[in-house]
Amino acid sequence: MSAPMISIRNLYKIFGANPAAAMAKVREGMGKEELNADYGHVLGLKDINVDLMEGEITVIMGLSGSGKSTLVRHINRLIDPTSGEVLVQGENVLDYGEETLRDMRRKTMSMVFQHFALLPHRSVLQNTATAPIVRGEDKAVYEPEARKWLERVGLAGYEDSYPHQLSGGMKQRVGIARALTSNAPIMLMDEAFSALDPLIRTDMQDLLLELQVELNKTIVFISHDLDEALKLADHLVILKDGEVVQQGEPQHILLNPEDDYIVDFISDINRARVLRVRSIMEPVKQDVSHVGEVQREATLEQVIAQTGGESIGAYLVKHEGDVVGELNMSTLVRSLVPQKRSGQ
Amino acid sequence: MATYDFLFENLGLKDWCSDGGGDRPVSMADLLARKKGGAAETSVWDTPFPSMDALNEACSKFPKSRDLTIGLEDGFLAIKDALRFVLDPITEPLSWMLDGAMWLAEATPWWIVIPVLLLITYFVSRSWSIVFSVGASILGLAFIDHYLPAIQTLSIVFVCAAICVALGVPIGIAMSRSNRLQRAVLPVLDMLQTLPTFVYLIPLIFLFSVTESKLYGIAIILYAIVPVIRLTDLGIRMVDKDVLEAAQAFGMTPRQKLYQVQIPLALPNIMAGVNQTIMMSLAMVVIASLVSAPGLGVLVLRGIRNLELGVGLVAGLGIVILAIILDRVTKSALARVNAAQHH
Repeated sequence: MSAPMISIRNLYKIFGANPAAAMAKVREGMGKEELNADYGHVLGLKDINVDLMEGEITVIMGLSGSGKSTLVRHINRLIDPTSGEVLVQGENVLDYGEETLRDMRRKTMSMVFQHFALLPHRSVLQNTATAPIVRGEDKAVYEPEARKWLERVGLAGYEDSYPHQLSGGMKQRVGIARALTSNAPIMLMDEAFSALDPLIRTDMQDLLLELQVELNKTIVFISHDLDEALKLADHLVILKDGEVVQQGEPQHILLNPEDDYIVDFISDINRARVLRVRSIMEPVKQDVSHVGEVQREATLEQVIAQTGGESIGAYLVKHEGDVVGELNMSTLVRSLVPQKRSGQ
Repeated sequence: MATYDFLFENLGLKDWCSDGGGDRPVSMADLLARKKGGAAETSVWDTPFPSMDALNEACSKFPKSRDLTIGLEDGFLAIKDALRFVLDPITEPLSWMLDGAMWLAEATPWWIVIPVLLLITYFVSRSWSIVFSVGASILGLAFIDHYLPAIQTLSIVFVCAAICVALGVPIGIAMSRSNRLQRAVLPVLDMLQTLPTFVYLIPLIFLFSVTESKLYGIAIILYAIVPVIRLTDLGIRMVDKDVLEAAQAFGMTPRQKLYQVQIPLALPNIMAGVNQTIMMSLAMVVIASLVSAPGLGVLVLRGIRNLELGVGLVAGLGIVILAIILDRVTKSALARVNAAQHH
C-alpha cells in the first residue's frame, strides 16, 4: 500500500487560556470533564491518529461538538494544534512558515464550506476563479478553466450572476466549482451539504461521486449525517467528544461495531441500502446449487428486489464476469438485523 | 478670620501662610471683607465648602482655583511655540487645499460650475430625479444671490470631507486590526464627538492665526472625522467570519484579504460613515464661520449680529437645502453599493 496522502499523528487540541499547562494535565491522564470543571479548558481533540489515502473519500463523522470541524481545520492549519503532527505528502505542515503554509493552501488544498462562504461582491465566475486570482494567474488562463468547472457542476450560463441571486444548492455548486478550479489534489469539505434540502443534498452527493470517479482527489468530508457518510465514504472515521471511536471501511464498521456508541448510531439506518453483497458473501461451496447470480457491488436492497422477496437459496456472486463468491439469503436476512447493544 | 484658619493652625503651617502673604494682589472680595472688619463669625449653616478659594482665604499661600486655569494657560503658552513649530508645516497643505478649492470655485464661471456639479451628482447617484432636484436647489440659491456663499460652503465641505475619508478610513482599518488601538482611540473619538464645538476652537485660536483657513479646516476635520473612523472599524469587524476563513483557506495574504474581502464587504458601512462625515462637516462649517470660515455661515452670523432676521433665516434655509442634496446624493450612492452586494 502506498504512503498516505495526509497523516494525522497524536493530535491534541485544547481550547483555553493556557493550553500548554492543560496539555500536561491531559498527558497525566486527566479527562475531558475534569479538565473543563477544574481548569476551564476544553479538550477539543484527543489523540487523533488518522491516515487519509490518496484518491479516497475519507468521511469524518460525528455529532455537533465532536470536534470534526476543528479536526479538518488542522489539515490546512486554519487552527493550530496544541500537540501532534499533521503530515501532508510526508511533510509536517506544523513546521511550515507563513509563506510555505500559504503556498500549500493555494496549491495543494482547496476547501468547501458549510455556509458556502462565497464573496458576495464578486460574480459567480470570479468566485469560481478565487484560487487562480489569489495565485495571481492571468485572466486569459483561468477564465476558461473556471467556465469549464462551472459547466461541469451544472451552472453554465450563471457566470455573470452574483451569489445572492442563486439558491442554496446553486451556491454550493459554485463552492465546489471554486474548489475544483484550484486544481489542488486535496479537497476539504466541511459539512458541505448540511445546509441543503434533502433532495438537493442527494443530488450534490451524486455529483460529488460522479466527479470523484474521474478526478480521483483526496477528499476529506465532514458530516453529521450517517446516511451521507455511508454513501460517500471509502474510509469512515467516527468521532465522539474529540476522540476517534472507530475507523475503517464503512461496511466493516456496520457489520462489526466496536462500541455501544456506534451500535446506537447505526441502529436506525436502512442496512439493506448500505450493505453490499461483497461485505457478506462467502467462498463458493461446491455442493450447493445456485438459484441465480448477483453482482458483487450490488446493495442488499437491489438483491432483494432481484429475488422478488424470496429469502431462501444461494446465489453466485459475480464481479466483472468472474465468479467471486456465493451469497446465502439466510446470511443476507441475518445481516439486516441490527446488533443489539451488549448490555441488552 | 476665615472658616478654615484652624486647619492651617493645627497643621502648624501658620508661619508658612503668613510668610510674605501680603504681596499678593488683593481681590475685590478681600477688600470688601476687610472693610467690613471681617470679624463676623460665620454660622454653621453658612460653612463654605473647603474649596481652593475658601482655603486661600484662610491661608494666602494656598493657590486659588483661578491659579489652576492660569497654570493651564501658561502651560499651553509655554508649549505653544513648540507645538506650532511642528503643527504649522504639517497643516499648511490644508490651507493651500482650502484656499485652492475656494479660488477654483469662485474663479470658475457659474455656467461651468453648475453643470460640473450636476455631472458629479449623476455619476455618484445614477438617478435623474436626484440630478433634477440638485439642479433646482442650486439654481434657486443662485437666483436669490446666494450662489457664492453656497459654493464656498460646498468647497469647504468637499475638501474637509475628502481629508476626513483619506485619514479616517486607514485609522478605522488600523483600529479594526488591533483591539488595543481600538481601546485607545474610542475614548478620543467619544471626546471629539461630545466636546462642545466651541471648546476646541479655543486652543486652535491660540495656535493659529484667525486669518489662516486651516484653522477652521482643522476644526471641521476633528469634528467630522469621527463617524467615518467608527463605521470603518465597525464595518471591517462585522465582515462575515466564514468568508474571511474561506479567504484564509485559499491562501490570501493579509493584504489580499484587506483589499479583496474586508474593504469591499465593509463598503456599505464605510459609505454610511462618509455620509455622516459630510453632514457633520456641513454642520461645523456654520460654526466655523466664527473663526472666519466663509460661506453661508457668515450670513447666519450676520443675521444674529446685526439682528437681520431675514438674512439669517434665508441663509439657514440655504444650509438646509445643501444638507438635503448632499445627503440624498451620498445616500443614493450607498443604496447602489448595498444593492450590489445584497446578501
